[in-house]
Amino acid sequence: MSSSHQLSHKRSAKADTDSINQKQGSRQSIGETAWTVISGLCLVIALIPLFLVIIYVVIKGINRLDVAAFTELPPPPLADEGGGFANALIGTLVMVAIGALISVPFGVMAAIYLSEFSSKKIAKWIRFATNILSGVPSILIGVFIYGLLVLTNVTGYSAIAGGTALAVLMLPIIVRTTDESLQIVPRQVRWASVGLGASRYETVLRVVLPAALPAIATGLTLAVARAAGETAPLIFTALFAQFWTFNPADPFSSLFSPIASLSVLVYNFAAVPYKNQQELAWAASLILVAIVLLTSILSRWATRNRIY
Amino acid sequence: MTDNSTEQSTDQKSIQELANYPDSYSENDETVFRAENINIYYGDFLAVRDVNMEIPARKVTAFIGPSGCGKSTLIRCLNRLNDLIEGFCLEGRMFYHDQNLYADEVDPVEVRRRIGMVFQQPNPFPKSIYNNVAYGIRVTGKKDADMDEVVERSLQRAALWDEVKDKLGANGLSLSGGQQQRLCIARAIATNPDVVLMDEPCSSLDPISTLKIEELIRDLSEEYTIVIVTHNMQQATRVSDITAFFNAQANEEGKRSGYLVEYGPTEHIFNSPQQEATQNYVSGQFG
Ligand SMILES: Nc1ncnc2c1ncn2[C@@H]1O[C@H](COP(=O)(O)OP(=O)(O)OP(=O)(O)O)[C@@H](O)[C@H]1O
Ligand SMILES: [Mg+2]
Repeated sequence: MSSSHQLSHKRSAKADTDSINQKQGSRQSIGETAWTVISGLCLVIALIPLFLVIIYVVIKGINRLDVAAFTELPPPPLADEGGGFANALIGTLVMVAIGALISVPFGVMAAIYLSEFSSKKIAKWIRFATNILSGVPSILIGVFIYGLLVLTNVTGYSAIAGGTALAVLMLPIIVRTTDESLQIVPRQVRWASVGLGASRYETVLRVVLPAALPAIATGLTLAVARAAGETAPLIFTALFAQFWTFNPADPFSSLFSPIASLSVLVYNFAAVPYKNQQELAWAASLILVAIVLLTSILSRWATRNRIY
Repeated sequence: MTDNSTEQSTDQKSIQELANYPDSYSENDETVFRAENINIYYGDFLAVRDVNMEIPARKVTAFIGPSGCGKSTLIRCLNRLNDLIEGFCLEGRMFYHDQNLYADEVDPVEVRRRIGMVFQQPNPFPKSIYNNVAYGIRVTGKKDADMDEVVERSLQRAALWDEVKDKLGANGLSLSGGQQQRLCIARAIATNPDVVLMDEPCSSLDPISTLKIEELIRDLSEEYTIVIVTHNMQQATRVSDITAFFNAQANEEGKRSGYLVEYGPTEHIFNSPQQEATQNYVSGQFG
């Protein structure tokens, strides 16, 4: 190849790279910058409430977050200091546990049926129904359980009734996230398993579920986080208690009496004129925010191990 | 749904085709599959029609043809994998040895234990290499099998052993595409099936992995009956003994149904095909 030929080759390549260089001040680049700035601003605006809420709750709640808060019972209205929300914390844990105990097995099994065994038509209707259920305002769920278990005296105001209400709330979230997690597992992988002579249920148990487990765990944590912060379904079902109603020595029968919860404590104490109770409400709010943060981090951590 | 009138089962065309190739099938060649008047529907859509053919034992049979002509559909009928697809329906009879695969008394799970399958996309389970290979044995519930030995033998057979013998605990998904596909082959032959079906096993692989797998296919055909779908003509000529050419034709409503144009020994199909469509396709002049 002659050198002059090479040279001309180089020159044309140079010309090409020139044409892809950014042209400052062109209409395109101004538009680009404008869009970046506008969408960036919107992002900041969207994040402001989140940060304000967290900062405000931390400032208001942090100094009341002492040992007493975790060990003592709610103070009477006129007590100037002292008291805590130990029973409410336990109450929230107990009811979320009851809710999870009911909704996780049903929800996960329902989602497995939905994604693996049902026909497309049935699946479509069930998905539609779960979407509606997840859109039902949580206060209605509270009223529903109130009518079903409290008014009829099946359980009366109780941890069971509260937990059941939370279960109804969690159910659609669990069904939907589990369903989605299962759907993500590629059809090819199912076919590989069936093609090796596994039955369909073996395929689900041995391949599909393990592959979807991290994603399912994420969904479950989100459902728990959501339930832990709910107030409305508990007001009509679990009521509240100033005292210890959960007795670890006899857990079963104590589940049938009214029980305190953090969210209802916040609801009750935030609007009263007693400073001590107000402060306690802030501290309880901080705990609720911490639970949500913690579960979100947990679910992020579970997603880290995601396979598909 | 699966049973049809048996009288018509010997189709005129296929007899003619066989007559054209007097040397193709000696009488004592064992037949593994025999398709009789197979029509395959997805819902109302007739995907494949009128297939009559035989697939001999311990030979490599290649399905070739343009995209959408139903090669995958037909190969999935051979191990009843299509049962998983909603709306799938088969007319006619598909014999595996002497048994109609679609007879009521047949257990599809048992069928699939005898007929292994390798797919177009490598699809190892998200499990360790060892557990991938062991999976088939585990689900068949064979307790007496020496698993370590089966795993080693299958991986060796699939020409993967040397590359993975030090990391059998590693996730199958951590292998390269070509290695994954050989893992899938090892997985399919671990249960020692009678037949191995391969749907475009090399289409996502580089040329070197492809050659390795082709070698493997030739090698496996001494023991196994192999059916392979391929888009690659050279591959068909390199690996197959018998070639079946499928084409698709639009009906009055404009829906394309696939059908078998002709089948016979690979060198006949490629060098002296009887049908013009085949000639056009194998010479690369396909519209
Ligand atoms: N699960 C399915 N549901 C409905 N129709 C399907 C399904 N799978 C395939 N088909 C249709 O059946 C016809 C044959 O498809 P098939 O996948 O068997 O073709 P193919 O010959 O394997 O094509 P390719 O070479 O592109 O893989 C196509 O028209 C396709 O749209
Ligand atoms: Mg195909």
